[in-house]
Amino acid sequence: MRALVLAEHDNATLKAATRNVVTAAAQAAGTVDILVVGSNCAVVAQQARTIAGVSKVLVADAPYFADALAENIAPQILAAAKNGYTHVFAPASGFGKNVLPRVAAQLDCAQVSDAIAVVAHDTFARPIYAGNAIATVQCTDPVVFATVRPTSFAAAADGGTAAVEELTAVADTGISRFVGREIAKSDRPELQGAKVVVSGGRALGSAENFKLLDRLAHRLNAALGASRAAVDAGYAPNDWQVGQTGKIVAPQLYIAIGISGAIQHLAGMKDAKVIVAINKDADAPIFQVADYGLVADLFQAVPELIEKLG
Amino acid sequence: MKVLVCVKRVVDFNVKVRVKPDQTGVDVANVKMSMNPFDEIAVEEAMRLKEASVATEIVAVSCGVSQCQETLRTALAIGADRAILVETDAELQPLAVAKLLAALTEREQPQLVILGKQAIDDDANQTGQMLAALRSMPQATFASRLRIADGWAEVTREVDGGLETVSVRLPAVVTTDLRLNEPRYVTLPNIMKAKKKPLEIVSPASLGVDVVPRLKTLKVNEPPQRQAGIRVPDVATLVAKLRDEAKVIT
Repeated sequence: MRALVLAEHDNATLKAATRNVVTAAAQAAGTVDILVVGSNCAVVAQQARTIAGVSKVLVADAPYFADALAENIAPQILAAAKNGYTHVFAPASGFGKNVLPRVAAQLDCAQVSDAIAVVAHDTFARPIYAGNAIATVQCTDPVVFATVRPTSFAAAADGGTAAVEELTAVADTGISRFVGREIAKSDRPELQGAKVVVSGGRALGSAENFKLLDRLAHRLNAALGASRAAVDAGYAPNDWQVGQTGKIVAPQLYIAIGISGAIQHLAGMKDAKVIVAINKDADAPIFQVADYGLVADLFQAVPELIEKLG
Repeated sequence: MKVLVCVKRVVDFNVKVRVKPDQTGVDVANVKMSMNPFDEIAVEEAMRLKEASVATEIVAVSCGVSQCQETLRTALAIGADRAILVETDAELQPLAVAKLLAALTEREQPQLVILGKQAIDDDANQTGQMLAALRSMPQATFASRLRIADGWAEVTREVDGGLETVSVRLPAVVTTDLRLNEPRYVTLPNIMKAKKKPLEIVSPASLGVDVVPRLKTLKVNEPPQRQAGIRVPDVATLVAKLRDEAKVIT
């Protein structure tokens, strides 16, 4: 069996999640190739070829692949997938979720979304109902399509020397255009890959008060997150949202501040190694999953925490 | 411009589901069912397009059991003009639903199809993308802003690092994210009016679609539960625990 893993990248850097998908693909199929679709993305292919366990890196390069528009890259993935692959995998990120179902449907195949474990070559565990149940599903299609939750698999290490093969680029479909991007610049680590995450909830009360968490995050070299309630209230940008419909994180340390712990929030962070909750409501559900709970007013506890950490 | 909105009947988001003891699924008997929250946002967005005189007709579609008629009545109460139910008792997976919707879009020829980005039961996040693929339409997923002009839809999408804006040629598929709009409450007069609006029922067979599931659910388990932790009395103890016991800070 042979798996094709779709590389997530920005034409300069291979996203780390790709490595976790390689691990899942190797478990399911044995042999793993990586497909890089982009513009001026040779450097990404060079990064991909050093991943241990990768046998081949396929590259399709064209100006209209620059922004990963699904309409343009799906036909390229489809063309590559038809080349004898039994599995086609992508990270369960905004990128993978957007494009992979478009490819699967064109091959009349189902997709397993958000696989968290490989049970057999065609069988996977995946969360449903915001992680309140885990379904084990078996794929009956000739090609197994799956998006993979990166935090559920170890990252494949370096040490490979895969061959790089260039593909003929498919044509520009012309039915979609990239207009622009607003990506927040931050000195903080990326939310999904951070070892420590400091997350705030509605109890913060304002965007201004979120700056308090910034100081704590700075001290801990942490990424900043937020509950849906805080994002909906406009206290934090939407790409900070942790939860069922936001980002799934599994850091070493997750500090939930002023977060009550709605089911959909817990779905996004309960795989963290250590969870700390600071909340003045002693009955908040977040305390049921917290390793260390502190019932306190966050506006006193957080400054004190920053001070005690030194 | 005709807009098709797709709505799914799901377990209400406030219900904490239980896994059945025989591990065949979750227990949905006697639990409250509602319209998938992302689909409510889809219907609301279609209404706003109609109120802005961009959309002329809104057709709501649902696929599933007979009770999905209630979900469609809710869509009609929000303001959809008419509804279509593809009625079946069979288990429907995203690929099958996408095929049913593809058949209906072929019949209805909408300029825009709006769906929720994912349903809160199976959390698949596939149907819109699959529909777009089957109809060779462009897709703008995870939308937080939508503008229609000159035969194109300009859509701001929620992506991992922030926001991205794309322009897609109509007819197109748009899937909604949480912050696209805040759905209105349905009023009693509108619920009454909705009862008189047309609701057509068709079968998968009449659309020529095979809905046999491609994924076999072998079992459904409870997730592993986290061990309940401890309460610490003060910040000093918390810092000491994190340093010396959990060893996650220095």
